[in-house]
Amino acid sequence: MTSTSPPKKKSWSWRSQAFRGLIYQLIAIVLIGLAVWFLAHNTLTNMKARGIQSGFDFLLGPAGFDIGESLYAFDSAQPYWQAFLVGLTNTLRIAVMGIVLTTILGTLIGVGRFSRNALVRGVCYAYVEFFRNVPVLLQLLMWYLLFTEGLPDSLDAWVIGPMFLSKGGLSFPIPVWASGHLWGLLGLLLGAVFAVLYRKWAYQQFEKTGVLKSMFWVPLGLLLATGVLGWLIGGAPSTFNAPIKGEFAIENGGSLTPEFLAVLVGLTIYTAAFVAEVVRSGIQSVARGQSEAASALGLNPSQSMRLVMLPQALRVIIPPMTNQFLNLTKNSSLAVAIGYPDVVSIANTSLNQTGRAVECIAIVMLVYLTTSLSTSLLMNWYNTRSAIKER
Amino acid sequence: MTATLFQPIAPRPAPVQHRGLIAWVRVNLFGDFVTSLMTLVIGGAILYWLPQLLSWGIFRASWAPNFDACRVEGVGACWGVVTEKYRIILFGRYPFEEQWRPLVATALMLGLLVASCMRAFWHAWLALLWALVLGVFFTLMYGGSLGLLKVETDRWGGLPLTLLLSTLSLTMAFPIALVVALGRRSNLPAIKTVCTIYVELIRGVPLISVLFMASFMFPLFMPEGFSIDVLIRVLVGITLFAAAYMAEVIRGGLQAIPKGQIEAAATLGLSYWQTQRKIVLPQALAMVVPSIMNNFISTFKDTSLVTIVSLYELTGALSLALNSDSDWRPFKIEGYLFIAAIYFVFCFSMSRYSGWVETQVNKSKLR
Repeated sequence: MTSTSPPKKKSWSWRSQAFRGLIYQLIAIVLIGLAVWFLAHNTLTNMKARGIQSGFDFLLGPAGFDIGESLYAFDSAQPYWQAFLVGLTNTLRIAVMGIVLTTILGTLIGVGRFSRNALVRGVCYAYVEFFRNVPVLLQLLMWYLLFTEGLPDSLDAWVIGPMFLSKGGLSFPIPVWASGHLWGLLGLLLGAVFAVLYRKWAYQQFEKTGVLKSMFWVPLGLLLATGVLGWLIGGAPSTFNAPIKGEFAIENGGSLTPEFLAVLVGLTIYTAAFVAEVVRSGIQSVARGQSEAASALGLNPSQSMRLVMLPQALRVIIPPMTNQFLNLTKNSSLAVAIGYPDVVSIANTSLNQTGRAVECIAIVMLVYLTTSLSTSLLMNWYNTRSAIKER
Repeated sequence: MTATLFQPIAPRPAPVQHRGLIAWVRVNLFGDFVTSLMTLVIGGAILYWLPQLLSWGIFRASWAPNFDACRVEGVGACWGVVTEKYRIILFGRYPFEEQWRPLVATALMLGLLVASCMRAFWHAWLALLWALVLGVFFTLMYGGSLGLLKVETDRWGGLPLTLLLSTLSLTMAFPIALVVALGRRSNLPAIKTVCTIYVELIRGVPLISVLFMASFMFPLFMPEGFSIDVLIRVLVGITLFAAAYMAEVIRGGLQAIPKGQIEAAATLGLSYWQTQRKIVLPQALAMVVPSIMNNFISTFKDTSLVTIVSLYELTGALSLALNSDSDWRPFKIEGYLFIAAIYFVFCFSMSRYSGWVETQVNKSKLR
């Protein structure tokens, strides 16, 4: 094979491709190095001239500001790094819940575009076109306005079952932690082990006899049954901390602030429009003959969907879906516009208080880079696993 | 020989009608039980909500620029907020008497954009037209010559700013994206690494952190006593951001070019740049036109984020117009709907246009 490739010139001449490549790269590296040096030098002199201190030592000092919303108690005497941690958990909370909700809503709407019902198709199309073509920031601001102005005061809160929805946000009952719940969790864990074992066994049976056993409902039943059993053994603790209307506000229970709701609802609805398109293109990419072949083999519609259509559609769906998840996570940074204390908002407050622009922005970038890169690593791993195995 | 008895064949049912409104309704709305149920539920919801929406938005709405008329019980939407404040919403903090200038500038820019989309204008002199219109745009907006009052860039705002940011950042991002995409496919390890780092760094962070960087850190980067206008800093930020995304799109197109094409070019004796310019890029770019249009749309929408670093483009200009005026503040939702409609018109026409371009590009593949 080597005889077909042209002989490589090793000479130090401009006519040698390798030599030219080397020179180009050298020039590029020197230019970039100079630019970086120039920027760094300027930054250092500017900081010295303006008396700006540098370094991350400020993270240990007291933050001096309160955070309206945090998963664990935070007060202004606690150090900056804990404030950043609160911001980080708030960002992740939005991202995780948003990704789950978006996937559900987006898939429903994407599948809805194929409905036999023209009204469903039309509504889904209108949804996608409207929410895709209006900036997400504008949508967040609109939702925030609706949640803070459109809803009644907390005393006249709308009652949705055991929940209250008002200007103060959404209040909902939360279970009171009791030791009996531990038994329930143990039961779930045991159920998970059973479910995995069952699936292994079912696969073996399938390989042996060709009879396909239920791969989803039976494991799910096992999981739930053992969970409930554990919960019963633990004494079936079922006390709920339910919200009640107090004299001035809604008390007790868990609550979600209007800022959180606005960011979550806004991002979910916006991203779902894109996810719907991803799902639609994925389903469309599967050749029609595939489903016909599946039914010719005698698979029923759900089997053909699960065993033939979905595995092929998922290959097309997963990479762009990853992008949408990342976009949702990154767009959660827009929460800064409506005062939800995510990591960007905390960094912004810290920046204004301490003047450490470089450090604060570096922290924000680091947070998003880590989440983005790790998500894409995870999804790439899943992608290679599910990609077509060729020869 | 038995006599065959005449046995009439039962008449066949008439063929199901496949055309016409009734047939369409029967198939699409009442095909089977589930479909009919869905039709009833969704149709019912639409019949219930739509009249309410129409009555709020149109029939009971108040159109007069008078906020007292909006406070009357039973009045729906208050579009008076738009009739009263549209000049601030559209032009931001630009001096009131001079607002014909951004109006003319915007109209020119829009005309240029529409013209560039049309086939009849795809000639070499279009570039000249661009230079001309951009020149006029800046002269009109900035003033300071031809007897025009000088208006500093920090007073620019509204629709002209949105258009300026998106148009300029996209035109500048495209060549950068081309170079970076080629760099990522290059055989030279150092150049490849640099391009990869750039793309991954930018794509890994949200746009606002890039904008924050442009507005807070950029002044630190520059030599002492040398300051750059905040508008240009933000423009650079958006450009770098858009370029990274576009580079990935173009790289996708480059990857889809069969290796044989490049080998054929090498056989013909074309150099690297000749190969790229004459063989690879025309095919690759045609392939990724839809994705590039998507990129354009998202960049256009993303310009709304500059409001977070205190530039008053459409979204920012709206807050500017209504936050300071307690009489009109309750009617902010109408203002939001107004600019949402502006964004929608732009983005939707871009996506329609992208569909048209796609069919044009695919013509060569039709048989």
